[in-house]
Amino acid sequence: MLQVTIDNHTIEVPEGTTILQAARMIGGSIVPPAMCYFSKLKGTGGKCRTCLVRVAKSSEKDARPMPKLVASCSTPVQHGMVVENTTSQEVLDTRKSIVEFLLINHPLDCPVCDQAGECDLQNLSYEHGLENTRYEEGRREFPQVDIGENIKLHMNRCILCYRCVYAVNQLTNGRVHGVLYRGDASEISTFIQNSIDNEFSGNVIDVCPVGALTDRTFRFRSRVWFTKPMDAHRDCKTCSGKAVVWMTGNDISRVTARKDQFNEVEEFICNECRFDHKNTTDWVIEGPRKIDKTSVISANHYEKIKQAAIINPVKKIIEKQAEK
Amino acid sequence: MGRKVLTDKIHIPGIETIEVYKNNGGYETLKKALKQMTPSEITEEVKKSGLRGRGGAGFPTGMKWSFLENTSVGPRYLVCNADESEPGTFKDRFLIEKIPHLLIEGLIISSFALGAESTFVYVRGEFKTQIGILSKAIREAYASGFLGKNILGTGFSLDIYVHSGAGAYICGEETALLESLEGKRGNPRLKPPFPAVKGLYDRPTVVNNVETLAAVVPIIALGGEEYAKIGVGKSTGTKLISACGNINNPGVYEIELGLSVDTFLNSNEYCGGLKNGKNLKAIVPGGSSVPILPGNLILKTANGDDRLMSYESLSDGGFVSGSMLGSGGFIVYDEDACIVRNTWNFSRFYHHESCGQCSPCREGTGWMEKVLHRIEYGHGTSKDVDLLVSIAKRIEGNTICPLGDAAAWPVASAIRHFRHEFEFHIENPEIVKNIKHHSPEKYKVAVS
Ligand SMILES: Cc1cc2nc3c(=O)[nH]c(=O)nc-3n(C[C@H](O)[C@H](O)[C@H](O)COP(=O)(O)O)c2cc1C
Ligand code: SF4
Ligand code: SF4
Ligand code: FES
Repeated sequence: MLQVTIDNHTIEVPEGTTILQAARMIGGSIVPPAMCYFSKLKGTGGKCRTCLVRVAKSSEKDARPMPKLVASCSTPVQHGMVVENTTSQEVLDTRKSIVEFLLINHPLDCPVCDQAGECDLQNLSYEHGLENTRYEEGRREFPQVDIGENIKLHMNRCILCYRCVYAVNQLTNGRVHGVLYRGDASEISTFIQNSIDNEFSGNVIDVCPVGALTDRTFRFRSRVWFTKPMDAHRDCKTCSGKAVVWMTGNDISRVTARKDQFNEVEEFICNECRFDHKNTTDWVIEGPRKIDKTSVISANHYEKIKQAAIINPVKKIIEKQAEK
Repeated sequence: MGRKVLTDKIHIPGIETIEVYKNNGGYETLKKALKQMTPSEITEEVKKSGLRGRGGAGFPTGMKWSFLENTSVGPRYLVCNADESEPGTFKDRFLIEKIPHLLIEGLIISSFALGAESTFVYVRGEFKTQIGILSKAIREAYASGFLGKNILGTGFSLDIYVHSGAGAYICGEETALLESLEGKRGNPRLKPPFPAVKGLYDRPTVVNNVETLAAVVPIIALGGEEYAKIGVGKSTGTKLISACGNINNPGVYEIELGLSVDTFLNSNEYCGGLKNGKNLKAIVPGGSSVPILPGNLILKTANGDDRLMSYESLSDGGFVSGSMLGSGGFIVYDEDACIVRNTWNFSRFYHHESCGQCSPCREGTGWMEKVLHRIEYGHGTSKDVDLLVSIAKRIEGNTICPLGDAAAWPVASAIRHFRHEFEFHIENPEIVKNIKHHSPEKYKVAVS
């Protein structure tokens, strides 16, 4: 076990744990925000830089000069490491700059965005953003694209976190979704605008931290805060069938995967559950979804979810794909 | 005359062919290395030579090689970085074109030292001619038994593959290069793990620059200690410098490290001074990524010592009054050059070449370019100069790969040393709008 201290909280973690994972085990306000890392998708992280923390002291063995800002999502803990997140003004200032960078090309069209109310970028800017913008240049603009019948790509809002790219690579077996061009001209694209014809493609909507990938069957139906999330399940041959149905009155207006307190999907669901079952009779309603962002889930609990319920379904999906 | 160990034979007609190269002592060092030395003895000589990477970062080559010594069995790779795309740098192209067999000989010796049986040369895609020359030379080396199975009867086998890039500067960054070589999008990888641990196809890999690997030949021929006598202090050996800008003799020169900047700039053996009797304004000594220095600070350090062409001397003074040797792209600006325009031009390059993976570089490079463009064309505002400084500071150190720093430094250093030119542009929009930049005379009137 390795010992690490983050913002004066000390914890022991197994070898290979990243600083971000360790912070999540401690929980509470010391957890750095993560816009691109997604624990259930291998290879994500390192890109958005919102999770930067200051390593005040590394282990004796580490030859790299410290103190230094590092991406907590992709830096493994070393024994004796001392990390500062909210206790470092440098980190808070840098995070502000990162948020500024993420927003300069963002259209800020929250009033007409389906993601508003459950958007990670909105929350991040609320906590770390500047009140006014220093950006006076033009913003990049892309046409909107329909990815098949059910998914809308609104590239203007994309923060290029690459989560959807990894999701499609790891949940489906056809590599048709990726990034075209480079720099700030980069574009998410399904190869020559093919729709991703796969029963798990809808999960890109849930992994997208912003309103760049949205559910066309829900488009402009309602603001999320007027809908009521209910845990529900159905007997599904393709996935676990465990989902959240979002009710407007007595109607289901949208179906999504269940998300944990870090806004990560617990179990990926199939397109049939997500898009084709909008009648209350299709589902067994379990009860209102608890959305308790302040709860501190213990390290063990977090690990348990990760191993028992999250990694395995993905493996199952991939194996299923491989059999075909 | 400084000593030359890389380009001493390039004047010989036909040296790009294997016969002429062999007749002039070529591949003799290879025989010595493969028949009389063990791999670790070769690495030891490279360590003794003090050779530092010629691709830009100046990391000690022997140390880089020794990271591979204790790695597990199984394939390991050597990758030669010939992606040379940094504005102002054109030395690797020159070496490949003039004396391709020197690089090939260096590649074989280095592969033997590292235990690599497959070696890749990643060449910038635009270098069509040079790819042709190199490929032909490799075919000749196969035909002469220097490549392929059981080279010179020693039991060592090696294949060299030439891979053409597809037009992205970022693929010169070593991990982006490896991704590209694997057939993927050229995004730099997160480090650690470093290539020595997990490189090409997840195997231990060494990535070295063309000039670095070519220098292995004279190091083995002379012996590491003898090579280390060339140069000054920790800057051992020779360095290829590509000189351009408004000078009398632009071109590629091999210099002994430690030559004074003044001599390099003004002597007829090298740059031959500025053209048309112009005065020196500034120099970027190591390719577009390194800080620009005004004439006084490039010739003398802040302490008044002569500035030398060496790793240490060029970086003397840190970023306040120093720069870096970088990749050896020596760009000279005379009194008529517009620093704002030049900074905008560099900025445009980095904006265009950012891979777009991490937010500070993707967003910051574009932002800087747009602000610089406004200033250059007479639409700047009084807040813009400080804004640029702030953006550059926010990119620096916060990115996945050093391209972010490389984009920030030229802007920060140009403002540090030439703030008045930026302010002139902002305060005199009408003059600036009317300047045609191909008529420097008018510009000179404007800024002086
Ligand atoms: C954006 C970027 C571009 C680079 N381009 C090149 C290049 O074209 N050629 C090169 O040799 N090194 C280039 N480098 C440096 C390489 O990453 C690497 O350090 C070098 O190839 C190592 O070789 P050396 O140790 O022999 O210098 C580049 C680095 C960055 C960050
Ligand atoms: S579309 Fe969404 S998930 Fe995909 S890269 Fe953009 S922001 Fe990330
Ligand atoms: S610093 Fe720039 S080029 Fe390097 S990984 Fe980040 S976005 Fe790509
Ligand atoms: S979450 Fe760590 S860099 Fe994006």
